[in-house]
Formats: sequence, structure tokens, C-alpha cells
Amino acid sequence: MSGVGLGKPGAEPPEPADGDGPSGAAPGRPMVRSEGVCKSFGRLDVLKGIDLEVMPGEVMCVIGPSGSGKSTFLRCINHLEKINAGRLWVNGHLVGYRERGGKLHELRESEVAAQRRDIGMVFQRFNLFPHMTALENVMEAPVQVRRIPRAKAREAAVALLERVGLADKARSYPSQLSGGQQQRVAIARALAMEPALMLFDEPTSALDPELVGEVLEVMKQLAVDGMTMIVVTHEMGFAREVGDSLVFMDGGVVVEKGTPREVLANPRHQRTQDFLSKVL
Amino acid sequence: MTVTDETSREGRPEEIRAVPVRHWGRWVAAVIIAYIAVWAVYSVVNNPNFGWDVIGQNFTITAVMTGIGKTLELTAIAMVMGVVGGVLLAIMRLSPNPLISGSAWLYIWAFRGTPVLVQILLWAFIKALVPQLSIGIPFGPTFAHFDANSLITPFVAGCLGLGLNEAAYMSEIVRAGILSVDQGQAEAASALGMSRAKTMRRIVLPQAMRVIIPPTGNETISMLKTSSLVSVIAVPELLYSVQIIYGRTYQTIPLLLLASIWYLIMTSILTVGQFYLERYFGRGTAQRQTMLERLWSNLRARRTAQRTAVEGRER
Ligand SMILES: Nc1ncnc2c1ncn2[C@@H]1O[C@H](COP(=O)(O)OP(=O)(O)OP(=O)(O)O)[C@@H](O)[C@H]1O
Ligand SMILES: [Mg+2]
Repeated sequence: MSGVGLGKPGAEPPEPADGDGPSGAAPGRPMVRSEGVCKSFGRLDVLKGIDLEVMPGEVMCVIGPSGSGKSTFLRCINHLEKINAGRLWVNGHLVGYRERGGKLHELRESEVAAQRRDIGMVFQRFNLFPHMTALENVMEAPVQVRRIPRAKAREAAVALLERVGLADKARSYPSQLSGGQQQRVAIARALAMEPALMLFDEPTSALDPELVGEVLEVMKQLAVDGMTMIVVTHEMGFAREVGDSLVFMDGGVVVEKGTPREVLANPRHQRTQDFLSKVL
Repeated sequence: MTVTDETSREGRPEEIRAVPVRHWGRWVAAVIIAYIAVWAVYSVVNNPNFGWDVIGQNFTITAVMTGIGKTLELTAIAMVMGVVGGVLLAIMRLSPNPLISGSAWLYIWAFRGTPVLVQILLWAFIKALVPQLSIGIPFGPTFAHFDANSLITPFVAGCLGLGLNEAAYMSEIVRAGILSVDQGQAEAASALGMSRAKTMRRIVLPQAMRVIIPPTGNETISMLKTSSLVSVIAVPELLYSVQIIYGRTYQTIPLLLLASIWYLIMTSILTVGQFYLERYFGRGTAQRQTMLERLWSNLRARRTAQRTAVEGRER
């Protein structure tokens, strides 16, 4: 997909481009940069200052107890939630705002939609469109949003379904597919927009154990192809094998970040140790 | 219909062939009802007051046919107004802007809170309220003038009365349909970069249809009958057409029966159409079968069951 190499974290601390800067993954510039991101629902503070960087081609896995704000953080990245404080850049663009004269201006609905096109999202509960076949699900956004001719979109969609191993299910409705197959269609649907970044929110936790593997395999292949990914997951095996970095979140803050090997083998913080002892 | 091979059949105990429970009470009830039905049909057919010959003679005369045409036209126009207006009002009511949702609420409150017959009459006598209609900017320049009398004919008044009232009812149906669609659907669509309007049109409304269609079918059937109310403002639909005839010939009962038979025929056809519409919009979920299809598959299932039973006995 995006032809960027595996940029490893811990390289040069890059400059955030301003909100109006040109797009395209410049080398050395983070794909996602989060500075002190805060989010609250009413009086409930869910995110209390998240500082993170994800480099192009990096696979970042996020773990943490329920309610720690993992999903909320992912949803902030594609502006499904508005952040209350801090700054968030994707691919050099400020998410949801334009900074002009030291002031933030909200983006118009169409501009937010345009930003989201570069970000694919895969949900825990698949959220496939049940009134469309697998093929139509994958074609929908390219045709409706990117205005690609149907024939061309169909060709691309067939290729994508093949890529996730579901070429023979193109004409099935979601209700006729297993959970694992539905999630793979959902991944193909997100990839159809040719995103620069993919967000996965517990993509395998609604699946029967024997179906988890097929979805992880597709994600692994995606990582090998150089896709930048943020994956909220409880699959420690996947994190260790595929992840470039691992983040442990708790209570709305990043408690610990490092390579998966480090964090899983010698967690530095007590809270991380407690969590890992429960899930491993 | 699982295929059982010989080995498993061999080891199985003998199939149960019990005598089913006889429901004597049901048989007695059925006989009584059948008897009453025969008596009712006999007396209806032989009662000269029903005037079957009059019904037969007038069944397809031009006045009745044009009346049916007007009834269908009224129903179609009112339902289109109802559905379009209902979708608009429903989307307005779900708007985050309180002025927009408030005005939709006010509309629904007013139009559902007053009898539709009164609304029809008000539209018919609108000329007493506003004799001149003009298109333009309020307090500003006007572009066109109309005489209410020539613009709002009885037929237009009937359409307005029925359609605007229906929009209020339809909006509640549409709103329930929209709210029935999982929030995750709209979220997935926005995550793909679809605009709110497109999400509504391509993702939410088609799924809401499954919830919206059945009550809308009922509304259409009900509208077909309610449209007879506009006979009070002399719109020549089916009821008014037969009223004119019996006003002349005094064959009141036969002509009212004639109209009833036509209404029954039309509502029956609509009921069948509704079934297929529901099935179309239910695609992707479990499918309902028609009575014929069910009969057919039952017969087939029974035949295969019999065949396997026979084969089993032969072995
Ligand atoms: N729309 C919302 N309105 C109010 N509270 C919310 C909303 N969304 C999330 N929350 C709250 O924010 C907190 C964090 O939620 P979030 O879904 O981000 O947690 P999570 O880390 O993804 O947990 P899980 O592992 O259970 O998915 C929870 O306490 C949740 O109740
Ligand atoms: Mg979550």
C-alpha cells in the first residue's frame, strides 16, 4: 500500500508540520504525533495527556485494562471524538482543526471527512453494512467517496478480497459469513480507501478462538507490506511477533512504552506488572 | 433432511409412530362455524335488498372506474407527500440544532393533534383564510400572485389535507427506523470518509427501511380507505362517485357494497405488494416465505421423508 519503509521509533525527534502543510509521508516525520491529548465526557476525564509518536511503517500495539481509554484514543485520531486539550497530528496535518494566527479553527464537515479518508479503521464488532454483499461493502467508499468508476472499483475490491483470502465470498452478505470472515472483509473495506494509517480496535476480541488466527494472519501480512498500524489488542503473541512498539495505557495515561519484548519481559512499572500478570 | 446411512439406521431403535391426540373440541367448533358461514352466505345471496344485480350492472361503469382512479391517485400523492415529508421531519427532529428539531416537533404536534377531517375542510376553505397567495420574500418583494380559489381546487385541498397529516405520522415511523440502526454503522461510514448526508442516504436509511416498510404498508392501506374522507369536499373519488349515483337512483346499499368490494380488492392487492417489498428490504437477514412457497417446501419435505421411510422399511 503506502510505499514507505519500516521507520523505526527512536529516530530523530521530528518537527510537526503545521496544519496546512503538504501531505505525503516525508521520511523522518511521524505518521501520528500526539501531544498532551486530553478527552473528557462531561466530568469524566478519559484521556489525561497522551504523548505518543508513531513513525511511518511502525506497528504500535496498545494494551491496557478496560476503561483505560484505548478506544477513545483511537477514535480521537480520526476525529470521531473531539479532543479537549493538546494537539494531534496525522501525517503532518492537525486533526480536526486548522491553526491560523495562533488560533484553532474547526474544520468543516467535508474537510474532516477528507482527513478520515487517509485513515482506515477496523472495529471490534466489524460494523459491516448488512444490506450489502462483501464486494459491495468494499466498493462502497471508493465509489461514493472517491468517485472511482464502478468497474475499476469492482476490480480493486475483488483484488482486496483475494488478498484477505475471501475471493469466493464476494457475493455473500455479512450475515452469511463467520466472524473471522466478516472481520477480514472489514479490513479489506478499510484498505479500499488506500489509507496511510490503519487503526484496529480489538479486532479479534469478538471472535471465537479458532477464528482469531485468520484475522491476525491478514494483519501480519499488512504489517510486512509496510502499513502503519495502531492496534489495540489483547493478543500478546501478535504484539510480540508483529509489533514494533508496545504501549501500556491505564487511567487515561501512557504508563509505559517500549519494544514489545522489553515491556512484556521486564515491565518497569508496578501497574504494568500487575496487568500483565493478570492477562498472560 | 440429513442423509442417514445404513449402519446408523441399523443400530437405531424403531421409529415412533404414535397415534396423535384428537382435538374433538376443535372439530365441533369447526362444524358450527361452517354451518353459520353457509347460512350467512345463503341469506346474503338470497336477500333481494342486497341488490346483487345492481352491483353487477354498475361494477365497472365509467363513473366507478374514474372514481377508483381518483382514489388511487389521491392515495399515491398523499403517501409520497407523507413519506418525503416524514423523512424530512424525522431528520429534522434528530438534528442537533434545537430550532430545527423544535419546529419539526411543533409541526408533528399540530398535525397529529387535530382530526384529519378538520384539516381537509380547512384546506378546502383556505380561501376564507388567505384569499391571495404570493411567492416572495416575507416583508420583501413578491414574485408571483395566485388566487387561492383557483390554485387550491378540491383535489389539491384533499391532497394537502391527507398528505401533510400523513407526513406527521410517517415522521415518527421513519424516526423509529433511523434510531433502530446500530450506531456503529454510521460510525463505520464516517470512518470511511462519508459525509453525514451520504451516510444517511446510503447506509442508515436503507437499513431503517426494514423497520419503516411494514408500518408504511399499513399506512398506505389505511390511506386508501381514509382518502374516502375527501368526499365531504366533493372530490370525485370512489365513495363520492357512488354517492352521486345513489343520490340519483336511491340504490344506497348496493352501491355502498359495490364501493366496499372495490376497496377490499385494492387493499388485498396492496397487502400482497407489501409482502414482497418487506422481503426485498429484509435481504441480508432471514427470509420469510410466501404461503405458496411454504406449502411447496412442506410438500417436498414430506415427500422426501416418506421416501426415506419407505426405503428404510424395504431394507
Ligand atoms: N461516548 C461516551 N460518553 C461517555 N462516556 C464514554 C463514552 N465513550 C467512552 N466513555 C467512557 O470512557 C472510558 C474509556 O472508554 P474506552 O472505550 O476508551 O475504554 P477502553 O480502554 O477501550 O476499554 P475496553 O477495553 O473495555 O474497550 C470508559 O469509562 C467509558 O465509559
Ligand atoms: Mg475499547
